[in-house]
Amino acid sequence: MSGPSLMDSLFQRTLEDLIKGLRQQLIGEQAFISKALEEIRKEIKSTDLSTKSTALLKLSYLSSLHFHDMSFATFHALEVLSSPRFSHKRIAYHAISISFHDSTPVLLLITNHLRKDLSSTNEFEVSLSLQCLSRIANVDLARDLTPEIFTLLSSNKLYVRKKAVAVVLRVFEKYPESVRVCFKRLVENLENSDPQVLSAVVGVFCELASKDPISYLPLAPEFYKILVDSKNNWVLIKVLKIFAKLAPLEPRLAKRVVEPICDHMRRTGAKSLVFECVRTVVTSLIENDSAVRLAVGKVREFLVDEDPNLKYLGLQALSIVAPKHLWAVSENKEFVIKSLSDADPNIKIESLRLVMALVSEHNVAEISRVLVNYALKSDPDFCNEILGSILSTCSRNVYEIIVDFDWYVSLLGEMSRIPHCQKGEEIENQLIDIGMRVKDVRPELVCVSRDLLIDPALLGNSFLHRLLSAAAWVSGEYVEYSRNPLELMEALLQPRTSLLPPSITAIYIQSAFKVLVFCLLTYLMQRGSTASSMFPDNLPSAVSASVSYESFDDLSVENVVDATDTHGPTCTSASITNESIVNLLNLVELALGPLLGSHDVEIQERARNVLGFVDLTKLDLLNSSVQEENDSERKGAEASKTIELMHGAFSKELGPVSSSAQGKICLPDGLMLKENLGDLEMICGDIDQPSSNSFSFGSPYEEKGGVSFSNLQIKENSRQSNESTSLLAEHRKRHGLYYLPSGKSEMISNDYPPANDPMLLGNINDNADDLVKLTEESLTPKRKPNHAKPRPVVVKLDEVDEKPESKEDSLSGAVHDVLFGSEDIVPTSSQSNLSDMPSSKRKGKEKQHTDSHVESKENLVDHGNPSSRRRKHHSHGKERRHRSPRKKNAEERKDNGQKLKEKSSHRHGMHKSGQRAEEPFNFSVQTPVIPDFLL
Amino acid sequence: MIKAVMVMNTQGKPRLAKFYEYLPVEKQQELIRRVFAVLCGRAENVSNFIEAESIFGPDSRLVYKHFATLYFVFVFDSSENELAVLDLIQVFVETLDKCFKNVCELDIVFNYSKIHTILDEIIFGGQVLETSSAEVMKAVEEISKLEAASNAITLIPKSASGWRSR
Repeated sequence: MSGPSLMDSLFQRTLEDLIKGLRQQLIGEQAFISKALEEIRKEIKSTDLSTKSTALLKLSYLSSLHFHDMSFATFHALEVLSSPRFSHKRIAYHAISISFHDSTPVLLLITNHLRKDLSSTNEFEVSLSLQCLSRIANVDLARDLTPEIFTLLSSNKLYVRKKAVAVVLRVFEKYPESVRVCFKRLVENLENSDPQVLSAVVGVFCELASKDPISYLPLAPEFYKILVDSKNNWVLIKVLKIFAKLAPLEPRLAKRVVEPICDHMRRTGAKSLVFECVRTVVTSLIENDSAVRLAVGKVREFLVDEDPNLKYLGLQALSIVAPKHLWAVSENKEFVIKSLSDADPNIKIESLRLVMALVSEHNVAEISRVLVNYALKSDPDFCNEILGSILSTCSRNVYEIIVDFDWYVSLLGEMSRIPHCQKGEEIENQLIDIGMRVKDVRPELVCVSRDLLIDPALLGNSFLHRLLSAAAWVSGEYVEYSRNPLELMEALLQPRTSLLPPSITAIYIQSAFKVLVFCLLTYLMQRGSTASSMFPDNLPSAVSASVSYESFDDLSVENVVDATDTHGPTCTSASITNESIVNLLNLVELALGPLLGSHDVEIQERARNVLGFVDLTKLDLLNSSVQEENDSERKGAEASKTIELMHGAFSKELGPVSSSAQGKICLPDGLMLKENLGDLEMICGDIDQPSSNSFSFGSPYEEKGGVSFSNLQIKENSRQSNESTSLLAEHRKRHGLYYLPSGKSEMISNDYPPANDPMLLGNINDNADDLVKLTEESLTPKRKPNHAKPRPVVVKLDEVDEKPESKEDSLSGAVHDVLFGSEDIVPTSSQSNLSDMPSSKRKGKEKQHTDSHVESKENLVDHGNPSSRRRKHHSHGKERRHRSPRKKNAEERKDNGQKLKEKSSHRHGMHKSGQRAEEPFNFSVQTPVIPDFLL
Repeated sequence: MIKAVMVMNTQGKPRLAKFYEYLPVEKQQELIRRVFAVLCGRAENVSNFIEAESIFGPDSRLVYKHFATLYFVFVFDSSENELAVLDLIQVFVETLDKCFKNVCELDIVFNYSKIHTILDEIIFGGQVLETSSAEVMKAVEEISKLEAASNAITLIPKSASGWRSR
């Protein structure tokens, strides 16, 4: 491509032409832009700086508002930058600041341009380069330009000085060493009388303190003075933000600032300042009751204000107070509940959060009712927001606040009928979870499930499918509590179930199977009992007789008894007749027959199982009904045996499984737990089975010798639990995929489960401990036993957590040094006296310890021991700031030899002075250097 | 820290976009789109806040103001005060109004450079440096003069700038 001719530059489109052309859209926006870009690519190569700069401006425009990449023009931007004209420079700086980043290759070529402009006599040129630097500075730029910025920090042009102050933030962040040079001047500017400069300095300190507050504690007196003296709201807000960070670190400081903050809160008319005061009090001065009362009073004013912004912020402030001072929310309860129907979604969500904070054991029913009513009336998003928060609050800590589970289960049913409900999955989990954990609620649970299953309308809502699968599973698993299993069967096999996804249809079929077995068994027993004697009282004994050899748990048998006894006439036994059994079997065949051809193997297989079972028993059952008694007894025996066998297979109860359960199993020899199972993922990945099925594995086997084995196990566990759980935790971290999803059993958060974890409510008959629990349960019939123990502490791996702070640490270290230098508190002996003062906090003492520890290592580092260097990472990072440059020094000396000698020795010197300054610093942490006149 | 300033019209066309940390253009476009998607669904007379953490990551807040055909959107973190930033939007708009005498969308469309100059005087590298629209106006006028001087067949550029900076 040849360069642009003179004609090109004469008739070049200006930015305005470009915008006009874009607006006319004669050839469509995209076409026009690509044409313009083509022109720009040509023009930007021009040797004429005016042409070039116009092209660059157009390109910046297209990049900024039409999102076209302009990285190809980085070098051209530099060329324009070298123009002596101010207008060109401005265009170039603009282009650079929107397109350069740390990995732009030509970034370092800009250093000299910046240096030149930083020392320009024209304040606007200086301003441009400062502006640019504040956007693009990296380590090298920050290092190389530190001297210029240092000079500008005391510029007598306020316009320049405030910008120099502001740019320091980026420079410190990128190159912490610069703190040594610039910090003192920065602090001096805190006493500047000019409001603009002051605002800039306070802004910088606010940013610095938000990352690492403890380093700036020594400056508290200066900030305090500003807090008391300043009349500028912007400055006051920033100072308040600083104190919000500092006050929690130093109780004496907190006491000291409360008064002026409250003064501001009472006096000022600016809402922004009032709100900042409120926020400071509720976040950092929460212990001071009178201040909190004042703040809550102000919050109330906000709440009743017309302005929705103030309402919103008021609610936010309340939710910050709520954990410590719930009274603040209760006092405004009425308003909070009213806000639930506000037009503004922000306000609604905020007030919902507050309402949930108010929930307790006593009012959960009342509040939930109010909320569900709101949910019915509100828009889909908020409706689900409400449902979600009810679900999560009620299930918190294994249903801690729920006393009446019957009520809660029916609430779940009610919630799932709300038209916008999309929380099927969560409700599914809770239905199954409650079913397994809380035995007493099962009759109600089955009743609720039946209502859900029987409603054909629900099948049409795809969000509820998961929920229906839970209902199906529950009614199959606990069918013995059902009042009318036949009806349940019809519900499970209704034609509209074809709308369900295959995985859920499979659950329906399995549940239908369980119901079928139960019906047949009931029928057989009924017949047996009527045959042997006419008294219904015999029924229980018949049941137990027929099933005893299966070694059922007594519980399930009792359940059958309960069900028959309590429900009387409407109960199963009365309703099943020959005819209904025939109908039932026909229904099953009719409904499942077509599924034999299903494409889904799971469905196909399960349908075949059921039909096979029907085939096996049907003939006998039907014959027996027609033929005479004796014959049927004999023939029916086979069928009934089959049925009982099946019933036995289903009747074993499933309990919630703790995630740590696996840890209690001893490792068999030769089992490789640490092997990489990545390949399995491909195979397992597409099996999308609801995990409710996974509970059915293996339960029939556990029964034998359960007592002795489990006792043994428990003894072992108490010894082993520590090591095995930590092993397990590790394993879990690595192979999370193979663990049960956490939604199933809420207890998993216990990393260290107590040996007698109440998880296995289902297997109560096994353990002696559990008997105790059982009696507890019967004493408080509706309430699942809570954990008697406080929640165990979750151990965190602290090695992992510390890494990402390196930079701040080096920055804070540098700041510490310089602050110490500027405060002139050097003599070590007097300092250590100070540290013995009673006021020095425990925290400080720990620090002292680590510091001396670190210091001793410092010597090692000087001899270049890399391993000790690495270990230091975990201690406090203050020293790190030397380390990197020092390391660099060493390398530079090695690698570059003579060439860099001058520079590195200079830096080395700097480092030494830094180290000297460091010793006093070590003590500065223990006794934050706030002069006594303040405290 | 201010993270970003955006001005867009009620059709979602960006009129000004300024991010104070480098972001690739595609990412900028996506963020603006997502902000607009939330904005256009909001009624009048509701609060001026939007939940921003889902769009801009943790510790971000967003306030906006709706003037005629334009949304003014400021994104910032916890070291700014929400109400103060709302005031700042007011300052910005007032300054534009003074600069263009009854500012309208077209002024912003056609004065790309000037808008940036104004904004740069108010916000510097993410920090709020100037909150008085009079001061901003003063600086912007100086810069315009300087620019005009440097463009007018520069016979005496040096002396002009030298004179100014004294």
